[in-house]
Amino acid sequence: MAAPVAIHLEFGGGAELLFNGVKEHHVTLPSQSEPWDVKQLLVWIQRNLLKERPELFVQGDSVRPGILVLINDADWELMGELDYRLQDQDNIVFISTLHGG
Amino acid sequence: MAQEVSCLKAQLREKEEEIVRLKNKLAQLEQVRTELFDKVIPLTPLKAKAALSNDDIMRYSRQLLLPELGVQGQLNLSKTSVLIVGCGGLGCPLAQYLAAAGIGRLGLLDYDEVELSNLHRQVLHGEKNQGQAKALSAASAVKRLNSTVECIPYHLQLSPENALQLIQQYPAANPLTYICYAGQTLPLVSASALRLEGQLTVYNYCGGPCYRCLYPVPPPRETVTNCSDGGVLGVVPGIMGCFQALEVLKIASGQVSSCCQKLVIFDAQDAKFRSIKLRPKQAGCAVCGERPSVTQLVDYEAFCGTAATDKCRKLSLLSRDQRITIQDYKSIVDNAEPHLLLDVRPLVEVDICHLPVSLNIPLLSLEEKKSEDIRLLKERIGQLKKQMSGDCQPPVYVICKLGNDSQKAVQVLEKMSGSEVDSITVKDICGGLMAWAKRIDPTFPQY
Ligand SMILES: [Zn+2]
Repeated sequence: MAAPVAIHLEFGGGAELLFNGVKEHHVTLPSQSEPWDVKQLLVWIQRNLLKERPELFVQGDSVRPGILVLINDADWELMGELDYRLQDQDNIVFISTLHGG
Repeated sequence: MAQEVSCLKAQLREKEEEIVRLKNKLAQLEQVRTELFDKVIPLTPLKAKAALSNDDIMRYSRQLLLPELGVQGQLNLSKTSVLIVGCGGLGCPLAQYLAAAGIGRLGLLDYDEVELSNLHRQVLHGEKNQGQAKALSAASAVKRLNSTVECIPYHLQLSPENALQLIQQYPAANPLTYICYAGQTLPLVSASALRLEGQLTVYNYCGGPCYRCLYPVPPPRETVTNCSDGGVLGVVPGIMGCFQALEVLKIASGQVSSCCQKLVIFDAQDAKFRSIKLRPKQAGCAVCGERPSVTQLVDYEAFCGTAATDKCRKLSLLSRDQRITIQDYKSIVDNAEPHLLLDVRPLVEVDICHLPVSLNIPLLSLEEKKSEDIRLLKERIGQLKKQMSGDCQPPVYVICKLGNDSQKAVQVLEKMSGSEVDSITVKDICGGLMAWAKRIDPTFPQY
């Protein structure tokens, strides 16, 4: 059994509007048989935090195009994307890209 | 004495008339000098200055003292051309600081005219410039600041056809916000701002990604919000435009941008900057990769399915018989026909302006079926039903700013009709409150 993982989630660039405008969430992912990865985190967010319009956040088993995922202040592409194994106290940011000005 | 006074007055009048004449002549000449171009024109290459003049030394003295810039850096700036795409909230401060710092040539490109709703953030334009081409207005403001900077205002829309020509003429830092281009290795200092947030990235620079490396698939159209839909605090693009100017000045003067392979995020609400390490240039990228499949310039609007403009979009979700025109609604009011007017805008917009008889329930509350709002709606429909004779369905007219959200609300209400609330006839008012302001009541505010 893997122990529960406490992580810090952040939403920005307008993505927070899908979560009642709340930018920061401290969450604890429950203990489960396998270690938590980002793919499972997306499912967990959908079930526990995302109230409506999931199509504006996820597409298939990944995030929708136009949302960047950052793991501890680095592009998730550098960290293994969906397969990254979450560590206790990780900081995961979902940021929607802005257009215009 | 009296004679002397009248003589002096006459002389003064004469001089004043002469001043007016001279001012007009000057204005005409300046008009010629800042000609507005509606197509890409051939430009002579910028010549490198051999040395700084005494005026240059005085003007730039405070930055020449910086070892990071110095005389060589200043000379480098003077031979640099920068194309600024969009003379709006980002482009204005960007152009202003580049000109002030002594950049050699500025291409200023914008297809829009100055509007009153631009002035809170597009700080090169003034009240007197309303209706003028933004590119020209920006060019005259920049000229006032530093007449030694060569300004080329373009009144045109960036297209795959003209973009390549333009890029070739501005070989240094290209803050092109709106195109994804192929086969180019020019640094692109890109920024955006919305609501209380800003983002900045330098693409195609020092092994960092291109736009397409970072976003291989365009965002769905409905997820792209612009300033006229989402709102923006003017100082936020101001800060981001200044940030762009900083990075352009570093690159143009011969230093290295600090934003190489980075995304900088600015949260104005919390006054927080954050710098994110991005993926490097991707070998599999369709644009800059080893085997690129995109070898032509790609139109941003086609790529993203959205227009590169501040203007609002028009939705069409309903059939003709589900909508009425603003004139139809005016006659319903004039004939005192019983009805319910439902305003589905967010509260912050209702505070700006509203029609006195409307009931406000934001679209989001309708979609989420907030119990308090549904109770209120039921109550008002009940009252209306009592007012009306027979068993006809009470009419509900839905209004918003422009007639987009109101169509979505009609769809929600039609599903609720006969179940959550009594049976009703729901119709959308085309064009919304802005149509009311334009066609019915000119004293009603527009925003
Ligand atoms: Zn690329």
